[in-house]
Amino acid sequence: MQLVFMYLAGLLFGLGISVSGMVNPAKTLNFFDVAGSWDASLAIVMVTALGVTAVGYRLVLRRRRPLFAPQFQLPTARVIDARLLGGAALFGVGWGLSGFCPGASLPALGTGQPVVLAFTAALIAGMMAARWVSRLNLRKRAAETA
Amino acid sequence: MIETTFTPVSAAIGGAMIGTATVMLLALRGNVFGATGILAGVLNPLSSGDWAWRVAILAGLITGPVAYLLVMGRMPAVEVPVPLWMVLAGGFLGGVGVTFGSGCTSGHGICGLARGARRSIAATATFMISTGITVYVVRHIVGVA
Repeated sequence: MQLVFMYLAGLLFGLGISVSGMVNPAKTLNFFDVAGSWDASLAIVMVTALGVTAVGYRLVLRRRRPLFAPQFQLPTARVIDARLLGGAALFGVGWGLSGFCPGASLPALGTGQPVVLAFTAALIAGMMAARWVSRLNLRKRAAETA
Repeated sequence: MIETTFTPVSAAIGGAMIGTATVMLLALRGNVFGATGILAGVLNPLSSGDWAWRVAILAGLITGPVAYLLVMGRMPAVEVPVPLWMVLAGGFLGGVGVTFGSGCTSGHGICGLARGARRSIAATATFMISTGITVYVVRHIVGVA
């Protein structure tokens, strides 16, 4: 039963990405091209999504726990460090080059276009490479302190 | 570059759907709706109980355009105005970035900002600026696409 609701949440998100046009890299890239073919749609999507989420989160977090789990699992990290900002900056370069971000590319897979599959494969390769590098660093640090 | 038209009404409807989906996930399972986190959890499950719900969400995301097709009678447009090498380079750099940056447009830009998380505000400001700079360099300085 829980999985059906999870599927529906994913479906609603994927439908929202489709309806809003954010599934289309040409449209998201044009938002950033203020000096050229500017399309402000992305700002409207962000503001409405953010507004609904901010109000909805506030209402939900008044409850003691979510419906299907013993507790809420919100991110707990608080530190703004070079890793966070460097990662975010790099993500932006990737978004600016390709026009795809993960939240839009996963629904875009459903259109069956090969270019989306190529993007997703590269995205996964990048995620795996970064995990591998982090693990190497952890091991090096452990070896140094030992 | 491919011209697109400003579509405020469908943008607002789609945005409200995205917001409703993120609230659903928090209300039902207590998690934030980050596309990066969901994909990472499918690829590298932390525990067996943590895997199936992410796969269900992923299946929902991928069938989103199919639901659009059923309602609208056509698939949503996916137009890529850049050469394939830029798509691949963008995917790889984006994958590295979201892993170190702990999230993307959905996790930081929507869920994190809605919670008022300082890390997400910093991350969102950073990637919006670097995306803008990248698009400017690509289109107006290098002139690739």
